[in-house]
Amino acid sequence: MQIMIDVVIFFFILGIFARLVGSDLRLPEALYETLSIYLLLAIGLKGGIELSQQPMLSVLPQVVGVALLGFMVPFLLYPVLRAMRFNSPDSASIGAHFGSVSVVTFAVVTAALMREGIAYEAHAPLWVAVLEAPGLIAGVLLARIGQGSSDGSTPKAGHWGGLLHDVVFGKSVLLLLGGLIIGAVAGEAGTQPIKALFIDPFKGVLALFLLELGLVAGGRLAEVKRYGWQVVAIGVVFPLVLSLLGAGLGLLLDLSTGGVAVMATLAASASYIAAPTAMRIAVPAANAGLSITIALGIVFPFNVVIGIPLYIGLAQWVTGG
Amino acid sequence: MDKHQRTLLVIIAEANLERLLVQDVKRLGAAGYTVIDVRGGGHSGVREGTWEADRTIRMEVVCDMGIADKIAESLLAEYGKHYGLTIYFSEVKVLRPNKF
Repeated sequence: MQIMIDVVIFFFILGIFARLVGSDLRLPEALYETLSIYLLLAIGLKGGIELSQQPMLSVLPQVVGVALLGFMVPFLLYPVLRAMRFNSPDSASIGAHFGSVSVVTFAVVTAALMREGIAYEAHAPLWVAVLEAPGLIAGVLLARIGQGSSDGSTPKAGHWGGLLHDVVFGKSVLLLLGGLIIGAVAGEAGTQPIKALFIDPFKGVLALFLLELGLVAGGRLAEVKRYGWQVVAIGVVFPLVLSLLGAGLGLLLDLSTGGVAVMATLAASASYIAAPTAMRIAVPAANAGLSITIALGIVFPFNVVIGIPLYIGLAQWVTGG
Repeated sequence: MDKHQRTLLVIIAEANLERLLVQDVKRLGAAGYTVIDVRGGGHSGVREGTWEADRTIRMEVVCDMGIADKIAESLLAEYGKHYGLTIYFSEVKVLRPNKF
């Protein structure tokens, strides 16, 4: 495979290394927050500018397809996880993490596609925004079904209204959709004055953010030992299988080669920002450390270092591109 | 200077719970609260507060002993089982008792 490692990945690896050798490197929390807001807005804006040139109806099937994909994933994974002897809340929660999506993984795959000169649907951030919530809702549904009436006590925090509010108006979806709408309304010309901040430095900011995520993921690697081989198997095999599902959906929607690669990556990615927060409140009985260790300790590093080149290769193979 | 005795109730919990905790302490009679971001470790592992799911808060409430007891009891019942939660009390002196 001729795809080389993207420069931003080295920053991620540097972060993991710093953590493993016990360096005192620590990005201020306020910077982490700032960078994540920047990335979400910038990704949204970029997609929005492209969206302004698209007839709205043409993206509708994609939106529906993506929402269905996100909703289905936890239902597919739940029985597998139960068979692996995870309890019901944990199975539902892990499923929800996979059903939802990782925005930074999306940023990395698009960066890789651009570097390779492979075109993709530039309004793809819309898919990311749509994919965030359905998996979480499915996860909570599964937890409720699995719990049955055994416990009886529904946490008051777990009301559906509260969950929906937290997901839809949570920072990820709000900023992604907000950026998309601003980009679509303002268009190419309107966003020209802010281009120097939001478009041009994007990759440098992504590199910095990946350094921070490397530090966090490195901290999670120690937890992997605690949970054993099963979480490693889940973190590697599930993304590979789910990427096939995503690529299938991409083909069904007649996407470009890059679009199929993005869809495969989105399906393979696991959320570590929206999902842990939502699941913690909606499914308190689930072991938060377990899901986060899988999503951030294994799935994310696996996808950005090994998975994405594979998914791009897969997309090229299935589309003949 | 007149000083009046009140109870300082300190609640250390996952930052996820902040909004719910605020609702609860107000509902149960606290007149105010203060929240600080913290990090630390204990029974539920180490929490470094470097990203969303890893944040911890310390909430302080100054109130009557009766209200403090009521709040602590309710929080323990609601969140004690599944969340990292530390609660402790101390006696403090305040200058303006009507504020608490």
